[in-house]
Formats: sequence, structure tokens, C-alpha cells
Amino acid sequence: MAATDDLTIRATSDALLRAQAPRKKASMAQFIRWVLLFGGGILMVMPLAYMISTSMKFPWEVYEIGLIPEEPTLENYTYVLEDGRFFGWFINSLIIATITTLSALFFDSLVGYTLCKFKFRGRYIVFIAILSTLMIPTEMLVIPWYMMSQSFGWLDSYWGIMFPGLMTAFGVFLMKQFFETVPDDFLEAARIDGLNEFQIWWQVAMPMVKPALAALAIFIFLGNWTAFLWPLIVTTSPALYTLPVGLASYGDEADVAWELIMTGAAISTLPTLIFFLIFQRFIIRGVVMAGLKG
Amino acid sequence: MAVDPSAHDTTKAPNAPRWGLYGRLSVGQKRTIWAWTFLAVPILFYVIIRFYPTGNAMVLSFQDWNLLGARTWTGLDNYTRLFSDPVFWQVFRNTFAYLLLGTPISLVISFVIAYHLDQVRFMHGTIRALYFVPFMTSAVAMAWVWRWFYQDVPIGLFNNLLATVGIPQVRFLNSTTNALPSILAPAIWAGLGFQIIIFMAGLRAIPRTFYEAAKIDGVSTWTVLWEITLPLLRPTIVFIVVLSSIGFLRIFDHVFNMTSANPGGPLNSTKPLVLMIYQSAFSSFDMGYAAAQTVVLFVVLLIVSLIQLRLLKDR
Repeated sequence: MAATDDLTIRATSDALLRAQAPRKKASMAQFIRWVLLFGGGILMVMPLAYMISTSMKFPWEVYEIGLIPEEPTLENYTYVLEDGRFFGWFINSLIIATITTLSALFFDSLVGYTLCKFKFRGRYIVFIAILSTLMIPTEMLVIPWYMMSQSFGWLDSYWGIMFPGLMTAFGVFLMKQFFETVPDDFLEAARIDGLNEFQIWWQVAMPMVKPALAALAIFIFLGNWTAFLWPLIVTTSPALYTLPVGLASYGDEADVAWELIMTGAAISTLPTLIFFLIFQRFIIRGVVMAGLKG
Repeated sequence: MAVDPSAHDTTKAPNAPRWGLYGRLSVGQKRTIWAWTFLAVPILFYVIIRFYPTGNAMVLSFQDWNLLGARTWTGLDNYTRLFSDPVFWQVFRNTFAYLLLGTPISLVISFVIAYHLDQVRFMHGTIRALYFVPFMTSAVAMAWVWRWFYQDVPIGLFNNLLATVGIPQVRFLNSTTNALPSILAPAIWAGLGFQIIIFMAGLRAIPRTFYEAAKIDGVSTWTVLWEITLPLLRPTIVFIVVLSSIGFLRIFDHVFNMTSANPGGPLNSTKPLVLMIYQSAFSSFDMGYAAAQTVVLFVVLLIVSLIQLRLLKDR
């Protein structure tokens, strides 16, 4: 599935990343340029390399500057995971980011589709109203959200962490843009075939914007996986922390050693890193698509 | 993608009246009903979770409330108190320091890298991935990694490296002058990859014919860069500047996690507006005061975005 999506994305992203620069003559300048770029790239991943290497070092070696551990160990990981908290936070983050992503994908594309393909009075106002919420910073909403959560008993619950992100204005905007590329004839044909409007959206239009959905999914999942401010505010019991909140509280415990903090940081970073390494080209295309159309 | 099994239920004849009133409607009216049905839940969501809280925050900024007692009207008190609070002005300066250092630095670095990477073919994808990888990380995790780098000898990596080459120690996070740039560094680092990718897409979108024409005219590379590439990249540049400005004005995760022993310290020298909001609301429970700060943040973001959108229009 990834391969076909990759192809469709390639077709839709205006060939932006496909076009290669014309071949340059192998010259000294070109060689130096390559070396500097490559060196810079290595420098960019050094913090991550040190995070992983330190998470695999024994305490006696942690403050050595060598990157490769003399005696690599997974003991820090067993220690951190046996503690149980990180495992729980990992599961919390996974559940919350997954549900939020699915919800946002469903509703954002439904709204984007409706505003794009239905002509009715008021649709322009609805669109502008939704779009205008992009101007409102989350930070302005967290206090009222907290008040709401308090009066409805949503504090310290999955729902409390998730509800602000169940729909996104950015997604509506992005999906509306992409539904413009779906020809009306297809939808009309489905209508003649007797499909109702929901079926037309779900069975005909949605499969045609899969690359856009994938791009949006990456953005929303990553955003929720790394979200910090709201989960920090809405959770009070450690059992409900998400990974970032849990890591912050873990790091603040004075007696925790740096190699264990690095292990925690690695646990919260590795899933997205591995995902990136597998779907690299696909993710970069998605980012370009969402970034430029959005 | 999974298809809803019930969606296959197409046994009913097309356009047959299913139930009385609905059947008598015109196609256009039916579609309008469908549209509002689709929009019903989202509209409810946007009203309850976005618009109502926005109004609530604005109202609260004119009130005094400690989360437990009654909300009492205090007029402009929160704002006058805020504008006469020296900590607020310190925070305001810090917030703009993040913006005014972070945005230009990341813009220049990412453009230079994108410009050169665009002309490299050997291992192009690998190098691009190396620069992009930090974008996939969580700010909290990276804040803790960098916090460790910044520790004093014998703990921190940077000072250990300096020690091996015999350079005197640098105080990073516990110095009032060095702490803010030290916190900014990982924030810039994590965002570079995204900006590079967007810049490269912008560069690829410039038609080759421009460059070929310049080549025929014998124009220097430098002139091509200033006269063709940069002017044509203007929409990309404005886009990146807007996004990164908003990001730096809202910086929080890095500051909170790198200074959590004394958030915003030392001596408030790293405290950004969002951290002040967080502390006023959830440490001091001074909800009205915090709400007034969020309104200020909103106005600042609005002004900065409007200025930049204006620049985009002026093409």
C-alpha cells in the first residue's frame, strides 16, 4: 500500500521533489560542497546519536565523550521499562495520538469535502469561521478548556487530553484544497448509480485523496505524539501522563541519572524516528504537500 | 482503507422516495440537507471547543478569579497590572528575543543548506534525511538531551569537549546571558529540516528556463541568486517566516524542560510569554491575570501575522 501511495503522491505533488538538478561537472568546488553538506548532516543527527549511545552505556561510562559505548547494554531500557511507568505513558500516547488522528482525519475531510463540493447558502461563512480559528493560539484556549474540563469532570482522563484535538482547522483547509482536484463527474456518476451522499464521499471521493490523507495523518499524529502544554495541564495523576509529560516529570526526579533520562528520551523519540526511516521519501513528500498547500 | 460494510447497501432504487417529506424535496434541497448533516457535529465542535472558549478567555481577562470562588469584574485591572509588571516586560523582551534571533538565523541556515543541497546529486536523499530527522522528534525529549549537553564538567558533553581541547568552561543554562540562546539552539535545530524541505520545493518550482537564459547572458552565479532565485522564492520565504515566527513567539516546551528546576530562570532571563501564562494560571491560579496575558499573546501573534501577510501581498 505504501508503494502505491508513494506513486500517487509523486503524481500530485507537482513534481516538486522529483525534478533533479542538472548534473554538475565533478569539480573540486562540487566536492567541497558535498563534504560540507554531508558533515553538516552528520552534525545534525549527533544529538540523536548521543541520546541513543548514552542510553546504551553503563553509568561508569556515561560522562565519557566517546560516541560508541565500550560495552553496549540494554540494561537501562530494561530498568526503565520494568519500572512500568514509561510503558504506561507510551501506551497512553499511542492511544491518544491514534484516536485523535483518526477523528481529525474523518471530520476534517468530511468538512473539507462538504465545503468544497456542496453549493449551499452559508457555506462561505462556515468556511471563514472555521479558518478564523487558525488565528487563535492554543495558549489562549487552555484556560477555558481547563475550566470546562473541571466542570464536566474531564480532568485527568483520556477524553480530557483528546477533546481539543478531535478536529483541526488546518486539516479542513488542506482537505478542501485537495478535494478540488476530484472531478465532479466522478461524484455525479456515483450519484446516478444510486449512492447516497455519504457513500459518495466515503467510497468515491476519499480514495482519490489518499495521499493528502496520509500527509495530514503524519502531521496530526506527530503533533499529538509530541504535544506537551495541554496534556501537562489536564493530567494530574502519573498513570494518565503522555510520554512528553511523563518524561518531564521523570527528569525532574532529582535522583534519576542522565543515562536513564536519555533512555526515556529515546523511548519517546525512537517510534517516530523508525517510522521516518521506513517511510522517508513518503513522509518528506507529505510534508511538502501539506506545507505548501496548507 | 476499510470500507463501511453498511455503505454497500444500495439495494434501494435510485431516487426512489424513501420517506414522505424527504422524497418530495428537490435534488438541490436534498443536498443542502446532507451538507448541514455533515456539518452538524463539526459546527457544534467549533462553537463549543473553539469559539466559546475564545470569548470566555476574553471575558475572563476583565475578571478576577482564583478557580474556586466567584468570578468578579475588575475592568481593566488585569491589563494595567500586567503593563506595570516589570516581569511582564522582561518576558516580553525575552519572547521577542526568541523571535528576532530564531527566525533570521533559522531562515539563513536553512536557505544556505537548501540552496547547496539542491545542486548535489550524490547521496542527495540521505543528506536530506540527515537534516530532516530532528523534525521528527519531540521537543520535550530533545530539551532533556540538550540540557544534558549543557551541564558543567564532568557531566555535560559540550563542556567535556571544551575541556579536552583546553578551552575554559562555558556556563550555559545557569548564566543570565547564555541561557536564552542555549535554549533557542535546539528549537532552531529541530525546525531546520522542515524549512530546508520547503525551501528545496520552492527552488525546484522555479522554471529552469530562467537559469538557462541567465547562463546564455553570462550572468554570474551571485547575480542569478540575488536577481532570479531570491525574488522568485519570495512566497516561500514569507511562508517560512510566518510559520517560524509563530513558533518562536509560542516557545514553551524547550524552556519549561531545560529550566524546570526554576522555570524561566535564571532570574526570568529565559521566560517566554507562554511560560508566564502557564505559571500565572496553574501555579498562582490567577486565572483572570493569565487570561489577560493570553489576550496579549493573541494580539501579538495577530499583528506579526498581519504584517507578514501584508508583505506577501506587496509582490
